[in-house]
Amino acid sequence: MAAGQQWVLVEMVQAFYEAPAYHLILEGILILWIIRLLFSKTYKLQERSDLTEKEKEELIEEWQPEPLVPLVSKDHPSLNYDVVTGPPSHRIIVNGKECINFASFNFLGLLDSERVKLKALSSLKKYGVGTCGPRGFYGTFDVHLELEERLAKFMRTEEAIIYSYGFATIASAIPAYSKRGDIVFVDEAACFSIQKGLQASRSFVKYFKHNDMEDLERLLKEQEIEDQKNPRKAKVIRRFIVVEGLYINTADLCPLPELVKLKYKYKVRIFLEESMSFGVLGEHGRGVTEHFGVNIDDIDLISANMENALASIGGFCCGRSFVIDHQRLSGQGYCFSASLPPMLASAAIEALNIMEEDPGVFRVLRDKCKHVHKALQGTPGLKVAGEPLAPALHLQLENSTGSRTNDLKLLRAIVDYSLERRIALTLARYLDKEERFLPPPSIRVVVTVEQTQEEIEKAAQCIREAAVKILK
Amino acid sequence: KDKLLSDHLRFQYEYKGYIFGSITPFVESFEETPLLVAVLTYIGYGILTIFGYLRDFLRDWKFEKCHLAREREEQKDFVPLYQDFENFYTRNLYMRIRDNWNRPIRSVPGAKMDLVERVTPDYNWTFEHTGKVLKDVINMGSYNYLGFAENTGTCADAASECTVKYGVGVCSSRQETGNLDKHEELEKLVARFLGVESSMVFGMGFATNSMNIPALMGKGCLILSDELNHVSLVLGARLSGATIRVFKHNNMQSLEKLLWDAIVHGQPRTHRPWKKILILVEGIYSMEGSIVRLPEIIVLKKKYKAYLYLDEAHSIGALGPRGRGVVDYFGLDPCDVDIMMGTFTKSFGAAGGYIGGKKDLVDYLRLHSHSAVYATSMSPPITQQIITSMKCIMGEDGTTLGQERLCQLSENTTYFRRRLHEMGFIIYGNNDSPVVPLMLYMPAKIGAFGREMLKRNIGTVVVGFPATPIIESRARFCVSAAHTREMLDTALNAISEVGDLLQLKYSRKNRHGSEGTDLFSYLESHQD
Repeated sequence: MAAGQQWVLVEMVQAFYEAPAYHLILEGILILWIIRLLFSKTYKLQERSDLTEKEKEELIEEWQPEPLVPLVSKDHPSLNYDVVTGPPSHRIIVNGKECINFASFNFLGLLDSERVKLKALSSLKKYGVGTCGPRGFYGTFDVHLELEERLAKFMRTEEAIIYSYGFATIASAIPAYSKRGDIVFVDEAACFSIQKGLQASRSFVKYFKHNDMEDLERLLKEQEIEDQKNPRKAKVIRRFIVVEGLYINTADLCPLPELVKLKYKYKVRIFLEESMSFGVLGEHGRGVTEHFGVNIDDIDLISANMENALASIGGFCCGRSFVIDHQRLSGQGYCFSASLPPMLASAAIEALNIMEEDPGVFRVLRDKCKHVHKALQGTPGLKVAGEPLAPALHLQLENSTGSRTNDLKLLRAIVDYSLERRIALTLARYLDKEERFLPPPSIRVVVTVEQTQEEIEKAAQCIREAAVKILK
Repeated sequence: KDKLLSDHLRFQYEYKGYIFGSITPFVESFEETPLLVAVLTYIGYGILTIFGYLRDFLRDWKFEKCHLAREREEQKDFVPLYQDFENFYTRNLYMRIRDNWNRPIRSVPGAKMDLVERVTPDYNWTFEHTGKVLKDVINMGSYNYLGFAENTGTCADAASECTVKYGVGVCSSRQETGNLDKHEELEKLVARFLGVESSMVFGMGFATNSMNIPALMGKGCLILSDELNHVSLVLGARLSGATIRVFKHNNMQSLEKLLWDAIVHGQPRTHRPWKKILILVEGIYSMEGSIVRLPEIIVLKKKYKAYLYLDEAHSIGALGPRGRGVVDYFGLDPCDVDIMMGTFTKSFGAAGGYIGGKKDLVDYLRLHSHSAVYATSMSPPITQQIITSMKCIMGEDGTTLGQERLCQLSENTTYFRRRLHEMGFIIYGNNDSPVVPLMLYMPAKIGAFGREMLKRNIGTVVVGFPATPIIESRARFCVSAAHTREMLDTALNAISEVGDLLQLKYSRKNRHGSEGTDLFSYLESHQD
């Protein structure tokens, strides 16, 4: 062993002599540098290490947080809700007064349909009330599977997926597909749940002016120019357009055929939110795609909630299996939340049955919408915002007082006056500080098939009187 | 340093100057993964990954039939909607054992249920229903802690009446015309149940978190969130825009260090003081079965003037001598918890969530919660179900059914955990939590366990990555008050059989006739 070591040592000394000078000098410098680093003082990044323990304790003593919630004044106008006694059906009892309902989104009048209630009852007797689990863990009932099949068949798509809460539907669907780095083009008037979905997705969001296809095309062209600068990155960034069929904030339609043209021109996918138009537009109630005659496969994802026309609870998304199946593992509101109670799913199935059996009801609803739209024209001081075939219209002030609070006070006075005269209306509610593009204050007027001619006339008359009296 | 007061077995003790009294000892265990098992698990995942690449290669080159749905022809030149590697896990690992999840049922999800029989002709890519029904499968998976998932009895009758009177839908939000008298009745009842000033209810438990945390917190606030918090809490915290810092699971030293640093150093870079600090914890963590160390957190919160948000999704109704949740379990004052949140899905057999606290807090939420303004309110029969079941638990319906169920749940939990521990399985969590995770570790055992248990007519829930860390896959049992002793015995025998078959009895701790048993018998003799 020792001989071997000695032999290595001899080799080393020889190599030392034979090495070129610059090599030795370089190694010598490196060794000196290492020695210097080993002995130099280490230093930390400048923290508040100049504080003593006592000072830190004092800081902790002195720190006062803000109160958990800011004080709310007792007479805030929205603090006391209107109390509805009994079911919110056509004759609704608001704050003790029986009124005709022009405020709930009960478009097809299915809220107190006896058939729907019976079906829900029989489902209750079979399954109980709650599902006690998410879809993955024994929360999938055969009624859920049936409802999904029926919805897919009704909308003529391959597959549908149900959520247990209408708001969570589009808010979970968008982040499942659009991630950080992707680009989403959204209309300015998009509803709050779409905004929350976009916020959760962390993608780049570009807003285009409401229903303005030129503005959208301008944004798409700008994006195309960006892409040409960096084609490799452009190949992996996904792009989406998110629009609503019938906007809840402005009650008008989106120009779907132009959107489809833009989709194929700029290679963008379309997500369509049809909460207000499902069960309202189209010959059979299939929504805005049927209304315009657009091929449903051209729309990548249609999302709607079942809380308006279907008078149940929850929401669904439908489209091709390629798109929808992904949500079964990545839709947060689907995977991590309890499934829809089976009695509500049965009620939705029965409501679908009613819709399919009697497609004439959509025509009746459209006529009533036109009627209401006409009847409300010419109200002094108020203007009607919305299309003639929108079932939920907005009445806005023609001349704003300049402050939103005062506008709201005036509108609230009109609503109260109508309540006295037995017409139930409501203010359209928004979160003032959270909305990106806050819509102007308005009164929501909802049309349902159960309203008769006289009732519509009476309501229009009442609103006119109120406007004259309060807005003089 | 101060010993954690939850661990004390005494009636009265002291922590940082505060005096507390507690009756039950706090026993939690998370036995370490045996080294050999961990190595074999990694090897297992490695083999699966290699096979995954092989299968992808075969699918790409058309040697194997591809069952995946494909993009439309017209959209082939669009940017692909999914990246291949994002779905690698789904395609190659999840798909193999997919039959253990999404099992459709066609009866009440009570102690026993009827499953729809499914067969797959192509290794889980598609399923067909044979039309047959697997009857009376013992249900160890549904969150039915107090057995209120039933279709007969006072709750079902009351809900039926309510359906006939009110219908099913509401069609409007709380601030517009969706505020029914039933909601106000429920809110008063929930406030009384929890012992707080006032409460507010929402239509979905997940949405309660994701819509109300943003209303309370904003930029310039700090959220200290537990490592293993539920997705809804994480989403709510992210949407609020506040800074989020994570502390180790149930670890009070980690939390105190974060609080200390936060107040001393302030916001990053500007060093301005934080506006508010919120501690976000859950009552029972559903994947671990652990209970939050509430007494310590309250002491820390008072010292550092932070606010506490307690998510009692699993613990409300399931813990505590009167079923009022984890606050009741530790014998603490509900006023100490600033925001008490919970869901009605688990112990009340309904759906929805609530937030309870001081009147100022709830008034503020009535104005600013996203759910109150934009989302539909709770359906009336669901509201009625909660009212009836809550009154039953409180004993206000004139029977002792509620109290009986609470005792039954507590007994069942202790018995089930003791027997599993004696058999030699590794069980995580607190001795009093009705959520019992049993460790499986290896990926193949996940599928095997689920299927073998179903063969023996017991429905179980198995979880793997990404809900749990990659080597810690587990089977999770939810004990219910509706389970009888015979059902639990049948289930335990089957679990033992499958455990022997799959070699799941990893535990190296003491089993029979030693201090372990003494502790359990101490607990059983002190049930009250």
